[in-house]
Amino acid sequence: MDINELIKNLASEFEFDDPSKLTATTSFRGLKEWSSMHALIIIALVNSEYDVIITGNDLMQISTVQDLFDIIISRKK
Amino acid sequence: MNAQVKAISYYLPEKIVTNKDLCDIFPSLTEEDLLKKTGIRKRHVTSKDLLGSDLAYLAAEKLFKEHNINRSSVDFLIFCTSLIDQAGPAAACILQHRLELSTNCGAIDIAFGCTGFTYSLGIAKGLIEGGLATNILILTAEVSSLVTHPEDSELRIIFGDAAAATLVSSEKESLSFIGNFSFGTDGSGGENLIVRRSGIRNPVDQEWLKEHEAIGGLKSGRLEMNAIEIFSFALRVVPPMFVDILKKNKLEQKDIDLFIFHQANGFLLSVLRRKLKISEDKFFTYIEEVGNTVSASIPIALCEAIKAGKAKKGQKIMLASFGIGYSWSGTIITL
Repeated sequence: MDINELIKNLASEFEFDDPSKLTATTSFRGLKEWSSMHALIIIALVNSEYDVIITGNDLMQISTVQDLFDIIISRKK
Repeated sequence: MNAQVKAISYYLPEKIVTNKDLCDIFPSLTEEDLLKKTGIRKRHVTSKDLLGSDLAYLAAEKLFKEHNINRSSVDFLIFCTSLIDQAGPAAACILQHRLELSTNCGAIDIAFGCTGFTYSLGIAKGLIEGGLATNILILTAEVSSLVTHPEDSELRIIFGDAAAATLVSSEKESLSFIGNFSFGTDGSGGENLIVRRSGIRNPVDQEWLKEHEAIGGLKSGRLEMNAIEIFSFALRVVPPMFVDILKKNKLEQKDIDLFIFHQANGFLLSVLRRKLKISEDKFFTYIEEVGNTVSASIPIALCEAIKAGKAKKGQKIMLASFGIGYSWSGTIITL
């Protein structure tokens, strides 16, 4: 799998008009739109697209899109 | 001897809190966003003098009237709520008297939340099929608003107060029955949905009362939810439970006519529906008008599905719940 695909999916689920503002180094909590709803969207997306469970604790530990990608890779069956 | 769901009624307290009301209180919220994120338009809230057992009483009276049920036929009462009236006597005993049920009627409280209805249904099935009772009144009632901090917008958006009354009866020659159950528990998630300072382990003290003086003291405790962990938990446990329910009933997904899950919140329900590949027309939700009514949510949705003609006699309906505990359970009923 490819991190660009994850970025594209996240930008789409977050309903960003400008998908380019999301990159591998983007910090989720640094996004001006960030809310708890975005955390739920990430959990739902990762579960439906990659069949991986992300917990609230995981999201507390990570910062960037790359960190999320790394978790997905490490847990992907 | 089969146990079957015979009749359902429910009662909602009069006061309604709309999304507009919440947006007026919390200016950062918008009505459009609230509906989109939660699928909820309004919720009913109780008052301090109308507790769970009072709402349950009103739901039971409605059930007797609407379905022309002879109250003396009830030989077991299960009262389920996550906010019990008091440690003793059981509210079920007081309800037996208030509802003028027979003194030969058994009566117990079950202190349980989101999964309270399906657990009560499982216990009722066991009592009936074990030959211990014939007509069981299950009352599930919730008053989350009484333990919600007024500034906690997240909880005020999601939860609604309500009570449901369900009659489960034994039938000798009926095609209607309650099927086999899948149960699950993981107490490691207990801290993620909890009513703090609500019991004798850690009761409210002077410091707590002082801290919450401006909002009436929060004397019965405070509901706290880690929504992100609860969401993740539901995605983790519901799909395997779904498979287990089908397996325990020797059925396949295509055999099920309707799916009714605990009405936790609209976004989570839509994610679960897509994950489980359930078509929209087979996935009944009733959350827009009442919010998440905890242990009352499944019977309310089932009652509305019957009213709407979506749940019909002879159909197979999967009921599945998940939540506080963590706890989860489900079954398939044939109406």
